[in-house]
Amino acid sequence: MTLLRVDGLSKEYEARRSLAQRLTGVPRSVVRAVNDVSLTVEKGEVLGLIGESGCGKSTLGRAILRLHEPTAGRVTFDGTDVTALSPPDLKAMRRRMQIIFQDPYASLNPRRTVAEIVGLPLALHGIAEGEEARAITARVLERVGLRAGQLDRYPHQFSGGQRQRIGIARALVSNPEFIVCDEPVSALDVSIQAQIIALLLELKRELGLTYLFISHDISVIGYLADRVAVMYLGEIVETGPVDRVLDNPRHPYTQSLLSAVPEVGPRRAKARVRLQGDLPSPLNPPKGCKFHTRCPLAIPACQTLAPESRTVGPGHVAACHRLDENLTLLEGAR
Amino acid sequence: MTVLLEVTNLRTEFNARAGLVRAVDGVSLRVSRGECLGVVGESGSGKSVTFSSVMGLVRSPGRVTQGTIFFDGRNLRDLSSEEMRAIRGRDIAMTMQDALTALNPALTVGEQLAEVLEAHDETLPSSGSARRAAIRDRSVEMLGLVGIPSPDTRLRQYPHEFSGGMRQRIMIAIALACRPKLLIADEPTTALDVTIQAQVLELITDIRERLGMAVVLITHDLGVVAEHCDRVMVMYAGQVVEEGPTDQVIGQPRHPYTRGLLASIPRPALRGQPLTPISGQVPDLVGLPPQCRFHSRCPLARPECLVEVPMRDAGPGRRARCLRLEDVE
Ligand SMILES: Nc1ncnc2c1ncn2[C@@H]1O[C@H](COP(=O)(O)OP(=O)(O)OP(=O)(O)O)[C@@H](O)[C@H]1O
Ligand SMILES: Nc1ncnc2c1ncn2[C@@H]1O[C@H](COP(=O)(O)OP(=O)(O)OP(=O)(O)O)[C@@H](O)[C@H]1O
Ligand SMILES: [Mg+2]
Ligand SMILES: [Mg+2]
Repeated sequence: MTLLRVDGLSKEYEARRSLAQRLTGVPRSVVRAVNDVSLTVEKGEVLGLIGESGCGKSTLGRAILRLHEPTAGRVTFDGTDVTALSPPDLKAMRRRMQIIFQDPYASLNPRRTVAEIVGLPLALHGIAEGEEARAITARVLERVGLRAGQLDRYPHQFSGGQRQRIGIARALVSNPEFIVCDEPVSALDVSIQAQIIALLLELKRELGLTYLFISHDISVIGYLADRVAVMYLGEIVETGPVDRVLDNPRHPYTQSLLSAVPEVGPRRAKARVRLQGDLPSPLNPPKGCKFHTRCPLAIPACQTLAPESRTVGPGHVAACHRLDENLTLLEGAR
Repeated sequence: MTVLLEVTNLRTEFNARAGLVRAVDGVSLRVSRGECLGVVGESGSGKSVTFSSVMGLVRSPGRVTQGTIFFDGRNLRDLSSEEMRAIRGRDIAMTMQDALTALNPALTVGEQLAEVLEAHDETLPSSGSARRAAIRDRSVEMLGLVGIPSPDTRLRQYPHEFSGGMRQRIMIAIALACRPKLLIADEPTTALDVTIQAQVLELITDIRERLGMAVVLITHDLGVVAEHCDRVMVMYAGQVVEEGPTDQVIGQPRHPYTRGLLASIPRPALRGQPLTPISGQVPDLVGLPPQCRFHSRCPLARPECLVEVPMRDAGPGRRARCLRLEDVE
């Protein structure tokens, strides 16, 4: 069953202008952080979202929850059009859709105790208050591996891994069905990262949760996602079952991204695609296919015409002009 | 291969409010000419402080209290600060972990390169205009070397006009400007995306091969070590716990901490299998008793482990700090 459906979602931010730029009439410019994205998430699955810094992953996650209002497009959750909900209805919906943030340091209010931080959604949604809320909070804290005795401490008294557990507890306390996990382990050391990943998978199994799991770490996504979506400059360039996409990537960007990941394990002659140049500015994105400025396979058509998404296998979709030619950068590099 | 850097029994302490922090405690290591040594370990394990100590860059309230640091035959701890300054930049260069903020925002990239060359390059002509031309040529050459397109125009630009990856490469260009014998790169790619990270690491490896320079690569990413380093040293709570050839340490780790680290890395091949994370947390470095520092998290710990454990032989060219090595072969 499709739990979440995103159709043509876009989010534009207005780029900041200095006072001088405003006075001299430099026109407003917009960053298209997310551009016409469509995707679905099935109930009980983990959809992994990968891509480089600034490509729009967090913006997409937040626009889905309407933490940032989308500029265009529609989000449907369990049959309800979230984008059309009035503020009170949206608030009720938020009980069912939660988020865990990227930065365990910045995302917790330093002046509130753990009991207040984790218990806030209970009060907000009128689920429980007073002693009852405290009891629920204590139970959730224990579930994520903290002690109930730590309820009255402040965030700075915890390590990074423990703070991320607090963030997870806050997301869980209202009994959601769907959680956007926005790089929940990126700021953590390897051994702590493994603890948190194990916890998230355990919770998912036990509580029947569905995740949109954002990460720039392809190994993490390969380990825990069922399907994966690859994002470049605000657009999804490839999606599919995780084993298909990792073993047989069809978009040249996915191919180069995968080949750049350093791997533990016996050193083998790995085909490596060297991408030239840096990520283009989203303020001034390339025309046509947005990847053409760095793509080793680009042909003249790529500079003018944006490629359509096409099915390349069961549940596997990619957007590239040269799919038919079955070119692969990986073999070319061998 | 001849030894370029040999550190023996180094100890560096900080006088913090909570007490004396022994950030580096009895670290010994060796780097041969032209070799790449990887240094891994979790946050706070003492990687940066170890190599800031080598560079003579530990500032109060920190102090190197013990050990020798032989570089190219001289004990750096015996040198005056004047002599150390001459060695930094000319013989050993270090790119800092926060490289993106380490560049001076008020000077152009060309001015910053010129500053290093002025201070250290003795091969430059002494007369004004010939010297300026030589500095310019060298600067263009260095920026070209690190893959910055149209280096002559780029020299006139300020750091904020470059992307994160380019700034990292500029830091490396400045570090390499005097062709040091040893480059210490502290997390050169942590803030970068994988495609840019791959560019920067390939660049360092390429230059190392061309200039015959030795490299110390500090990172928390075992994948980076596996692909770029000849040898690796694993740090835990201020000590080296295991070292040896990269393939062997990663292929057959001997210390339970190294094993735990490797088992913690999620990867596609482990799908559906549970990860086996190391339980617990890194110990507080204040007032650590003289005993194995990993024992509270160690699946193999026994009462006998509550003693000070030395580095022990763990095979040809390998050492590890564990009393139960024989049991984990
Ligand atoms: N509040 C904002 N105002 C203006 N621009 C923004 C804002 N938030 C994000 N952006 C821009 O939108 C683009 C996408 O940002 P986003 O944070 O979604 O990227 P990301 O993929 O999550 O990156 P990262 O991996 O670094 O977290 C970037 O160019 C960013 O600079
Ligand atoms: N100025 C200081 N005062 C007190 N303690 C310090 C100071 N600088 C470093 N330390 C301590 O020394 C220890 C080692 O720090 P170091 O920066 O070497 O760690 P690291 O291994 O480089 O970690 P990271 O991966 O986070 O860079 C830490 O516990 C840190 O708290
Ligand atoms: Mg983000
Ligand atoms: Mg460090």
